[in-house]
Amino acid sequence: MKKPKRRRHIFKKILLTAVAFLFAISFLLPTILTIANSFMSSAEINTNYGVIFNQYKETQYGERNTDYVAEKVNLKFIPDMVDLSQYSTVLLKSPEYLLKFWNSVILTVPIVIFQIIIALGAAYSFTRFRGRLKEIIFFLYVALMLMPFQVTLVPNYLVADWLHILDTRWSIMLPGFFAPFSVYLLTKFMRRIPNSLIEAAKLDGANEWQIFSRICVPLCKGSIASVAILVFIDYWNMVEQPLIMLSDADKHPLSVFLSQINTGEVGLAFAVATIYMVPTILIFLYGEEYLVDGISYSGSVKG
Amino acid sequence: MPEEQMPEEELKISYKKPKMSKKDRKNAVIYLSPSLFGVLLFFVIPFFVVIYYALVDNPINHEFVWFDNFISILQNSSFQQAAKNTATFSVVAVPLAVVLSLGMAMLLEQNIPMRSQFRTFFLSPMMVPVASIVLIWQVLFDYHGAINEFVMNLGASPIDWFKSSYSQIVIVILFLWKNLGYNMILFMAALNAIPRDVLEVATLESATEFQKFWYIKLRYLSSTILFVAILSLINSFKVFREVYLLTGDYPYDTLYMLQHFMNNTFRSLDYQKLSAAAIIMALVMCIVIGLLFIVEDKFGKDVEG
Repeated sequence: MKKPKRRRHIFKKILLTAVAFLFAISFLLPTILTIANSFMSSAEINTNYGVIFNQYKETQYGERNTDYVAEKVNLKFIPDMVDLSQYSTVLLKSPEYLLKFWNSVILTVPIVIFQIIIALGAAYSFTRFRGRLKEIIFFLYVALMLMPFQVTLVPNYLVADWLHILDTRWSIMLPGFFAPFSVYLLTKFMRRIPNSLIEAAKLDGANEWQIFSRICVPLCKGSIASVAILVFIDYWNMVEQPLIMLSDADKHPLSVFLSQINTGEVGLAFAVATIYMVPTILIFLYGEEYLVDGISYSGSVKG
Repeated sequence: MPEEQMPEEELKISYKKPKMSKKDRKNAVIYLSPSLFGVLLFFVIPFFVVIYYALVDNPINHEFVWFDNFISILQNSSFQQAAKNTATFSVVAVPLAVVLSLGMAMLLEQNIPMRSQFRTFFLSPMMVPVASIVLIWQVLFDYHGAINEFVMNLGASPIDWFKSSYSQIVIVILFLWKNLGYNMILFMAALNAIPRDVLEVATLESATEFQKFWYIKLRYLSSTILFVAILSLINSFKVFREVYLLTGDYPYDTLYMLQHFMNNTFRSLDYQKLSAAAIIMALVMCIVIGLLFIVEDKFGKDVEG
């Protein structure tokens, strides 16, 4: 009676593990391939993917590429020879990529910092003081958060036009500072701080600023990290805003510029793509727990 | 002397809870104002201007034409195309995202080895910027690409993934790849929050796994399902990124998304068209989200509270 049941258990476990592996491979594969390809020399990339990328080249310049090109596309995980020439080209010889990378940094980092500072105040206000009006305003924030870019970009654009900040970084950064997402999430975190703690501080004579800066903010340290990670990923990945707000391509972040890399330089593009991943991957490796916490708490709509 | 009286005053105030003291109200305003100022300036006030623009004939004349702009945009063939494509995409991608991510969360609930590593792996696409990954999608889905090679090995004829009716399938895959991990985390948290004793009682009553899932877990998960659905819906509008980075401003017909329409309208700076389109989208979002809330309210009623 017991044995077949046990065997079925083991069978089930193996099956589920296999499914999990399959999923894991398909989730990891594209990333790993990109990284692996960045270590190939441009000749090897050309041999492997020439079929795909040279057709565009032909139409562009009207001439054939004379290098050897494999008939089929050749997906490879391990380069024939690890070659860092793509990286040295990107990092040492072509400053434009680094410039675009810097554009991404200078857009994203201030947004993360100021969005959180501003949101901390708002979250504190929503947590400490409740009233009919507060509920309405909070609802407004949530509704705004739920609107897709296509809706919010139009008002953003109008304001940027009035303030004459179109074509400058401010047109992306200022709306970013006030994006309601952090407010929503930080409010959820802050409402978990027990009220008795605040009451106790009050009895000890703490003023509002002290309650805010000595109790609420330090208790939210972990959540601030979570929110910062989520906001960073979101803006590091931005495509829509620069396309609309910045007509000057020199100011575009790397996330937009990458797709415009000349098709003749596919090898380079892989290296640039990998470099662009580095910050987010590092954040992921060091902050996965914070990230997971942040996502988990964003979860329940109510409360 | 006054110091001794302070606590008593505090107590009195805390009894009258509904009313905020003057000081509290002042503080509430101070801490909220930076954020509220920005939100009003960048989102709310201009949105009223957007409504105004949508109702007038042009920014110089300011003559009210009421719904003419809406009618003309609804009759605009590019808008129709974009709306249809975006809607089709969302209708397919959102339910798939919900079901698959719930499946993944339940898979990781099972007793299998390396669960935390699997969680990391499943979540990893979220960290990869879209721009970094489009190259490999090109390599995989190009006409001469790796997937077609596989397809041909199976004996079928190659498919032009980006320029055929299959293109929507490709972007659904790209969308799922990027978003499933995030949704899975939400479901894992929700599954964890289901009270164990309820499930234990069910086990004692010899309920099957399916019964436990259908009658218990699903009920407790309903608010999370709603949230994941709304989140996926919002994210489904962001699939424009993949499409744009892969195929540019004017992609194949079935890939022409609302954001393409907006971008191209921004270029011609047709405020009337833009405003009307934005309002229509906002309304549709409100209706859809409202409906989702109503459905959830009916379905998850039993376990609230």
